[in-house]
Amino acid sequence: MSRSDKLTLAGRPDFEAIAHWVKPGSTALDLGCGDGLLLKYLRETKGVRGYGVEIDDASVLACVKNGVNVIQSDLERGLAGFDAGSFDYVILSQTLQAVRHTEEIVGEILRVGRQGIVTFPNFGHWSQRLQIFFAGRMPVSDVLPYQWYNTPNLHLFTMADFENFCAGHSIRILDRLALHRGRPVRLMQNLRGTLAVFRFENSAGYLRT
Amino acid sequence: MHLEQSVGAVRPRDQHFGEPLGFRSGAVLDSYTLRYETYGSLNADKTNAVLVCHALNASHHVAGYYEDDPKNIGWWDNMIGPGKPLDTNRFFVIGVNNLGGCFGSTGPSSINPGSGLPYGSSFPVITVEDWVNAQARLADTLGIARFAAVMGGSLGAMQALQWAIGYPDRVNHVVAVAAAPTLSAQNIAFNEVARQAITTDPDFHGGNYYQHGVVPRRGLRLARMIGHITYLSDDAMMEKFGRALREGKPGFHFDVDFEVESYLRHQGDKFSEYFDANTYLLITRALDYFDPAQDSGGSLTRAFADARAKFLIVSFTSDWRFAPERSREIVKALLDNRRDVSYAEIEAPHGHDAFLLDDPRYHALVRSFFETVHAELPR
Repeated sequence: MSRSDKLTLAGRPDFEAIAHWVKPGSTALDLGCGDGLLLKYLRETKGVRGYGVEIDDASVLACVKNGVNVIQSDLERGLAGFDAGSFDYVILSQTLQAVRHTEEIVGEILRVGRQGIVTFPNFGHWSQRLQIFFAGRMPVSDVLPYQWYNTPNLHLFTMADFENFCAGHSIRILDRLALHRGRPVRLMQNLRGTLAVFRFENSAGYLRT
Repeated sequence: MHLEQSVGAVRPRDQHFGEPLGFRSGAVLDSYTLRYETYGSLNADKTNAVLVCHALNASHHVAGYYEDDPKNIGWWDNMIGPGKPLDTNRFFVIGVNNLGGCFGSTGPSSINPGSGLPYGSSFPVITVEDWVNAQARLADTLGIARFAAVMGGSLGAMQALQWAIGYPDRVNHVVAVAAAPTLSAQNIAFNEVARQAITTDPDFHGGNYYQHGVVPRRGLRLARMIGHITYLSDDAMMEKFGRALREGKPGFHFDVDFEVESYLRHQGDKFSEYFDANTYLLITRALDYFDPAQDSGGSLTRAFADARAKFLIVSFTSDWRFAPERSREIVKALLDNRRDVSYAEIEAPHGHDAFLLDDPRYHALVRSFFETVHAELPR
């Protein structure tokens, strides 16, 4: 890998966690794939055949430049172009907090993918809690660097919230990871993790063919 | 910045084929000529060739100009040339006038060596598959076993797709712009109106008008006018002409009054001067018949099962003739087969003709895609 790729990956510690989880030679759909570097990383490290979905023109161009398959499409309109169970993994990294139709998108992830992988900034981190508790203001941090009035994040939630969501939507969590400054947090994850990574599937289990 | 230049003065060449070519219809053409142009140079391994396929009214003259006719600039000159998105410093680019055409390749206006008369109505109905087969023979004579890429817009995109389906081992990349896997009923309907305009022109003479020293000009004009309306979006027309009147006030007559009428008549007149009516019939029919799924039980996914190329599919939001949804059908079929494919939907107001225009996002995509094509050339 080139030097620049490594630098970019250093800014996305969730990529390594995802790469650790996916099976070699599997297929992945990366929703909101940005410049496609996760897919490039998965291809180079795990031989994953992947496609990105992006709405942004500049990101689509960046993917083509990076030699990554990308389909220009609006996530909020669902994944109508993708068949049920057509991918091993559907990934949504650091985007779930920014989508309008959260339930629908998680539903689509588990329709199209046998498993889903999401990463999101954990609003349960102690520093966020302290900012609200003591300053009485919406938290601003490295992972959530926006003010309340200009944030692209529509739904802020914690690891505990996501686990609760899964329990209520017949979703079985297969793996969870909390990261802080790129390193895994083992104890009191919801309090000490700034970035959450989850792998999950329908608890009914997907019928494999 | 890329220093974009013209390929400069170019010269067409003719390749004659003495071996018969069978058509999908069952007809056979005993011998024929293909007129083509090339830009850039073929590398020693002959791996850097890119075939550019033309749409309805275009030709082998894709880029550059003619020494004796400097205003006759190739139809995709903004895309192809030194430093342009398809960079002729890197690639050997080929444009071919398709069989049945009227710009130098054997077509209805050519003399049938059997009869000594123009083919006229006897020229076989041709399909996209037949065109691609003929192009493959030209590639053979040029020693090109495999194209680095085949590229086209609209009907040209259909040929590029057909290359991937019909010759999976002979094309590494496909760029299909403003494409559709088939014509819709509405598309066929427009073509039928255009054909009716031509065939009902009293000067048509059953397609053998050459012997009568006339051209079904009225029919061709109408055909072009109808076609032209479908290539533009409602918004683009409104923007360009609005309801503007040539004299500034209604003339209360049926001659040209609105600017848009003047424009359409001008387009029709121009077209009827240089285009052959029989070729128009043949090309619209080739469009109608193209349906790669028909030999795969109606499944486009199965049609692409053997394709090996990497694809770039580009559509334009305001293209209602070959709408983005049609490109998505192609993308879906390629995804089903786990082929490498990228798809971009360019926000552009110009309608179907956007594929010929110099939109920076569109051109940047094609440029980047060809960077990867170049990077993958065997060394």
